[in-house]
Amino acid sequence: MNGAALDDLPHTTRIERAWAVLRDVLDPEVPALSIVDLGIVRDVVERDDGALDLVFTPTYSGCPATEAIESSALAAIDAAALGPAHVTLRRAPAWTSEWISAAGRAKLRDYGIAPPGRALADGTQPLRFVSRAAPPCPRCGSPRTERLSAFGSTACKSLHRCLACREPFEHFKPI
Amino acid sequence: MNQPVFVSGTQQSIVVPRDATTIYLLRIADTCLILAQRLSEWCGHAPVLEEDIAMANMALDLLGQARALFAHIGQRPGIDLDEDRLAFLRDERDYFNVTLVELPNGTSGRRDFAFTTLRNAVMATFLKLLWERLSSSSDEAVAAIAGKALKEARYHQQHAGEWVVRLGDGTDESARRLDAARQRLWIYVAELFDADDVDDAAEAMGLGPRWSALHDAWHAEMAILFDEARLPAPTTRPSAFRSTGKIGRHSEHMGYLLADLQYLQRAYPGGVW
Repeated sequence: MNGAALDDLPHTTRIERAWAVLRDVLDPEVPALSIVDLGIVRDVVERDDGALDLVFTPTYSGCPATEAIESSALAAIDAAALGPAHVTLRRAPAWTSEWISAAGRAKLRDYGIAPPGRALADGTQPLRFVSRAAPPCPRCGSPRTERLSAFGSTACKSLHRCLACREPFEHFKPI
Repeated sequence: MNQPVFVSGTQQSIVVPRDATTIYLLRIADTCLILAQRLSEWCGHAPVLEEDIAMANMALDLLGQARALFAHIGQRPGIDLDEDRLAFLRDERDYFNVTLVELPNGTSGRRDFAFTTLRNAVMATFLKLLWERLSSSSDEAVAAIAGKALKEARYHQQHAGEWVVRLGDGTDESARRLDAARQRLWIYVAELFDADDVDDAAEAMGLGPRWSALHDAWHAEMAILFDEARLPAPTTRPSAFRSTGKIGRHSEHMGYLLADLQYLQRAYPGGVW
């Protein structure tokens, strides 16, 4: 975005409005979060032909929500009369859970999903002794939790249980 | 009267160019696709619910990796095929996955969790090392796909590795089944590291490593795992038997697998959800 040009405009720019619209597009599999909170939306640019380019980085290679996210983002842009728009996938750099915003982390916790800890640079510890700090319980806050399942209801989550309040909960995997 | 939406009948096979770049990339994409197909056969049948979910999730990751590569291959000059046609409309000899991934999940029609688990550990370790190297490929699209896939392969490797140790260091029965799985699948491992012209060309172009160059790192990681799992140290003894899926000559299992995989697109050409 060009900051100088923005100052000259009485109203928000098309790109700013597009970001505002995308901030309300929820992830279909983690509906507590918007696709902006998740860090999927990397950029919004206006192309020479007048179309908006929505630049997305998918979370997981096989995430079945990718197409649903694209179509709901495009529909929202259209509904706000900001189209035409296209989605471009940007695969590099790869998506990381570090991109989830602070607000996004708070929303996850409120929704009952333990937010991801720091993604480990674990390339050198391949086999089994990867340090896997137990995520604190998103309900009671206790650090005494255990993992029940390495995989969960979606590619991005694992399943855990709190040993203090005994509630099961999901954890957004750090990658 | 409504006309049928699909014209039922045969769908012609597509033919892929056999240049080194296409073959090199198809070997990776097909290996992911066929392993995903085998893992997805566990859906609803795994010994515990957690592993049912795990296998379906890993299958999905592998399928996504294959899809990204197919989409990229299909856009290469002179090919112009979408990922679905590449995945579903080739004849058996035009698939270039390693034979190991096409083997059934068990023997005599009985699924075997130990076999699937050990194969997952072998393949995830291999693919992790391969994606690591591919993330600096001279082909930027391949490098980008690899950067993502690497994170997924690490998780698969850790998960499979934990189960290999749990089975090998578990009960007499689980250790016996794991060792039987090792004996059954090990003769297919050598194919992973066989070198040929395709690998030489890929290395020379900076596209990706010779697979043989991954052997030592792979072996070192498997040795750690086998030690923890109380399995005999992994050997790569020379053997007269050599599987050859990488060059398109497959085991007797591949045809049945492809019949399952391709059924819908062959019977209902162009069918979509």
